[in-house]
Amino acid sequence: MRATTFPLAVTAYTATSALGLGLDAHLDALCQQRSGLRANDFSDAPLPCWIGRVQGLEDAPLPTTYTEWECRNNRLAWLGLNQDDFLAKVHRARDRYGAARLALLLGTSTASIAATEEGYRRLEGERLPADLHRKVIHTPHSLTAFVTTALAIGGPCLTISTACSSSAKVFASAERLIRLGVVDAAIVGGVDSLCASTLFGFNSLELVSPEPCRPFDASRRGISIGEAAGFALLERIEAHPDAPLRFLGCGESSDAHHMSTPDPEGIGAELALRNMFEHAGIDVSQVDYINLHGTASQKNDAMEAALVARLFPNNTRVSSTKGLTGHTLGAAGILEAAISLLALREGFVPGNASTVQPDPLCTTHFAWHNETRPMRVALSHSFGFGGNNACLAFARKDMSA
Amino acid sequence: MNALNIQVEGIGLWSPQLANFDSLRRLLAGEAYMAPRARPEASALSPNERRRAPESVLIAIEAASQAVAMSGLAVASLACVFASAYGDLATTDYMCRVLAYAPTELSPTRFHNSVHNAAAGYWTIAGDCRASSSAVCAGDASFGAGLLEAAVLACADHRPVLLVSSDTAGIGPLGELIECTQAFGCALVISPNIDTGKRLRLATTTSAPRHLPLPAECTARMRDNPSAACLPLLAMLAKGEGECVLAASEQLGLQLQMEVAA
Repeated sequence: MRATTFPLAVTAYTATSALGLGLDAHLDALCQQRSGLRANDFSDAPLPCWIGRVQGLEDAPLPTTYTEWECRNNRLAWLGLNQDDFLAKVHRARDRYGAARLALLLGTSTASIAATEEGYRRLEGERLPADLHRKVIHTPHSLTAFVTTALAIGGPCLTISTACSSSAKVFASAERLIRLGVVDAAIVGGVDSLCASTLFGFNSLELVSPEPCRPFDASRRGISIGEAAGFALLERIEAHPDAPLRFLGCGESSDAHHMSTPDPEGIGAELALRNMFEHAGIDVSQVDYINLHGTASQKNDAMEAALVARLFPNNTRVSSTKGLTGHTLGAAGILEAAISLLALREGFVPGNASTVQPDPLCTTHFAWHNETRPMRVALSHSFGFGGNNACLAFARKDMSA
Repeated sequence: MNALNIQVEGIGLWSPQLANFDSLRRLLAGEAYMAPRARPEASALSPNERRRAPESVLIAIEAASQAVAMSGLAVASLACVFASAYGDLATTDYMCRVLAYAPTELSPTRFHNSVHNAAAGYWTIAGDCRASSSAVCAGDASFGAGLLEAAVLACADHRPVLLVSSDTAGIGPLGELIECTQAFGCALVISPNIDTGKRLRLATTTSAPRHLPLPAECTARMRDNPSAACLPLLAMLAKGEGECVLAASEQLGLQLQMEVAA
């Protein structure tokens, strides 16, 4: 049976990444096409690669009330929550609806695993060292449990951890909770931070580029890993009829192909898109811009370029922004949702940065440089490890059907 | 909130003590039951995948297969939600040890087995399932939160959903801290209630978790594995009646009632 999504008002959103803290820093970097990638200086024996590191996290401890939660990932979460007046907007929503009528859904691929890694580097006998002997930071729910406490959320609180689609899928879960009346509003988002598990893990799969990543370049050599935090507040449109930006719907699917490489035919990715169109009640002709998954891995980019060529009319513009931010894994969904919302707000298409020689598979849909144009509908693609796919659709209010 | 009404179409269960839901039913009735083999069969996986898959995946797949077989539904179009409080603790222990001493020697297979959605990945690949799949956690409330997520998906999109919740024993320094000492996996196939007949009513509540007394074997499992938080519900399903409150988060409860629809 067809289930049309409730369009929802996006009443607040924010992003923190290697591009900077908050939306203005992101808009500025996108407009300048200024990359946040730098030579890997994370850890004592860093891999020779490039990373998207958030500046200053080492000097930004959590407030003492939250000492129990102290770790890099939760620091990044807290830094992210403190941008763009986001905390104040959440407090207003909590006052309006009550804590129990607010849900919190966050995506992460590795949560605070970096703290567990550090514990194993500094074992005291066969125990984690005393300063890290804190159960709450050694579980995959660490991020959401911390943010639940920091925001005093009383409704459903869930971590979604489906690798690189994690913080896209939170939009789908939030929409369903609101549609069924379980809650009145939801905070969605995601945080992933640099850690040895993903740097050396993706390296073991030979997916890490020795140079800054170049999505959709003919001679791309793999991904550059980044870190990011992002959040959005979703509410019913009736509560905010004038909110300028809307979430139209999410599509979800599985590849049923391979644990660590996408289906080259893109069948699962196309199913996620079709599922999104069904939920959002729009079609390909209405899509002005797609922020692609575009990781700069050989297989993702080949699959995704073919997908764009196969499905979308020539007037749809597409680009990956991972050449600027790096691949922020479980936070990529929310970071690129925020970039798509900025593109809608400002009426501009961010260019596909860092490409020297486009892959011949890329069609005229690709925006290699920034473009100015009126925008009504923007999509964001997230295709994760394990063949887990999600596509998001956002629109300006003046477009929404 | 408006209550969510669902039907339970299939139930799966695996632990070192209980091979399936029928064993639990016998335990609850005070009857004898057979202990399972040391390793779950997980016959849905190809021999190759079964060799590569860690214990956490085998348990999740075994419970899922049992529930889907009971439901009679096809895996290929069945949406799924995999919950686990801790993911694969043994793989995390391996990863952290190797990363501490010889990071470039990390095994790519162990790395891809370490993602929280490993079981969902193996399941969808084995069953040629292209429907939506998810992997979630919510600390000690992971089963209840996963059930709420699955029930909301079933009711919002009018489709059956497979819920799997499983955790495995921790080892090493992480295991010492986490205190999950026994493996346990369970699975439910649920569908939105449209028929008359026996149904399960779900509603969020601020009440603390509560349930009728269970045998000591059950309460022991509930202490040593967060996914065993499903046992009060499974006991209700075995009996065909009852009411309980499970944790859906640290603050929120999920009230479950079996009732007969008019």
